[in-house]
Amino acid sequence: MTALTITFVHALIALGGVIVSLFASIGRLTRFAGTALGRMFRPPYYPVQLFEQMLVIGYFSLPVVGLTALFTGSALAQQIYIGGSRFNAAATVPAVTVIGIVRELGPVLGGLMVAGRVASAMAAELGTMRVTEQIDALTTLRTDPFRYLVAPRIVAAVLVMPLLVLVSNALGVMGGWLLATGRLGFNSAAYLNTTASFLKADDVWSSMVKAAVFGFFIALMGCYHGYHSSGGAAGVGRATTNAVVSAFILILLSNLIITVIVFGS
Amino acid sequence: MTAKIQMAGIRKSFGPKTVLAGIDLAVEPAESMVIIGGSGTGKSVMMKCILGLLSPDTGSIKVDGVEVSHLSGRALAAHQARFGMLFQGGALFDSLPVWRNVSFALTGPAPSRRAAAIDHLARVGLGPDVADLRPSELSGGMQKRVALARAIAVSPEILFFDEPTTGLDPIMADVINDLIRTLVTDMKITALTITHDMSSVRKIADNVAMLYEGRIIWHGLRDRIDSADNPYVNQFVHGRAEGPIKMQLRHL
Repeated sequence: MTALTITFVHALIALGGVIVSLFASIGRLTRFAGTALGRMFRPPYYPVQLFEQMLVIGYFSLPVVGLTALFTGSALAQQIYIGGSRFNAAATVPAVTVIGIVRELGPVLGGLMVAGRVASAMAAELGTMRVTEQIDALTTLRTDPFRYLVAPRIVAAVLVMPLLVLVSNALGVMGGWLLATGRLGFNSAAYLNTTASFLKADDVWSSMVKAAVFGFFIALMGCYHGYHSSGGAAGVGRATTNAVVSAFILILLSNLIITVIVFGS
Repeated sequence: MTAKIQMAGIRKSFGPKTVLAGIDLAVEPAESMVIIGGSGTGKSVMMKCILGLLSPDTGSIKVDGVEVSHLSGRALAAHQARFGMLFQGGALFDSLPVWRNVSFALTGPAPSRRAAAIDHLARVGLGPDVADLRPSELSGGMQKRVALARAIAVSPEILFFDEPTTGLDPIMADVINDLIRTLVTDMKITALTITHDMSSVRKIADNVAMLYEGRIIWHGLRDRIDSADNPYVNQFVHGRAEGPIKMQLRHL
């Protein structure tokens, strides 16, 4: 064999290794999600853990998600005004702002902020529990780690993310309204009327569905990477990074898929 | 008499690395068996196989004569409920106060669980004043004792001790050894300990087995360990660098 052929074969072997590893990871993740979903609906349930997670994911994320929405709504209104003014369409500010916020930016930016805050914390907490054998200890104390640790986090994230995104949407629209009425000379009542007339129930529903899906992926990635972490402090650090990066990618990918399905036709 | 734990031909590999290369060992009811061996010889993996946290590749593990090596679901949960375990680092839940750690697996209203936790803490020599502290507020020895109280709180049939004296000063190590011996004798529990601390072995063990390169290479009564006719056991027991067990060191 020539040197070129050998190099080509080695490249193919390396590529094959990457593909096999990718499918193995998808398989492990699917199995983890299946186990979590399968045990979620069977007792024993842990309502205290569920409530704690709802507080951590929902209530304590409210400031960061709210401020993100408020600033983004204002910036969006300003940009639409500048762009619209070029072809005498500055009046579209309320309509485009509300659609942009509710359909896309509210859930996506909210999801990304919660992923940064919560998926990393879940991975670090479960990862530390794994490397200090606390997860093994749960098993020897007649407690299923999936029911005690994973299920409350996933259920809490799926339940509170839609509520969080509803508040985030309202603050995003408010950010646009504040800037439009305070700086761009819009009439307050007219702005709100236009906003209400352009906002459809489907927009709100799609926003909440997206939020629930994002919540599922945030908790799943945080728990999966934390649960399978190994190798001490460095392993927990890797798990945290992987949880955030994979949650970001899944949020953006699932957002695209839901947007195409709901609004594509 | 049926052995409490019976292992036959247990093999376990992780990728190309063979950790257990055919373990044959029996632990009798109410016996305190101590497994000795250097780091990385497979002691923890063997324990996790018995507990059902890992599945052996081949071989049989029987508890009270019932095969348990490949259980799943409720059968596995029922099997694991028969064990208590003292983990090497204690593995206390740092988000919970001491009394909730000790009473974690207990059921019933909180006041009765708290009272039971305080009773169990007393059995390991700790007063009720530690009940509301967090694990991070305790010394290493106190953490080990709390972990021991948690392990016995579930009234297990079999207790596992993973390096129970690692990281403790010699006096606290002796306190822990005494506690383990007393608990095992009083509660008539079958105990399996893995350690490389010979003072623990002399205090805790009824029988000793030595694990080397994934196999049990010696097994006998505690009192015979110092006169064992086995160069590996002799080297380990007397802590000599020279002998058949070679450390993988790179000479400078």
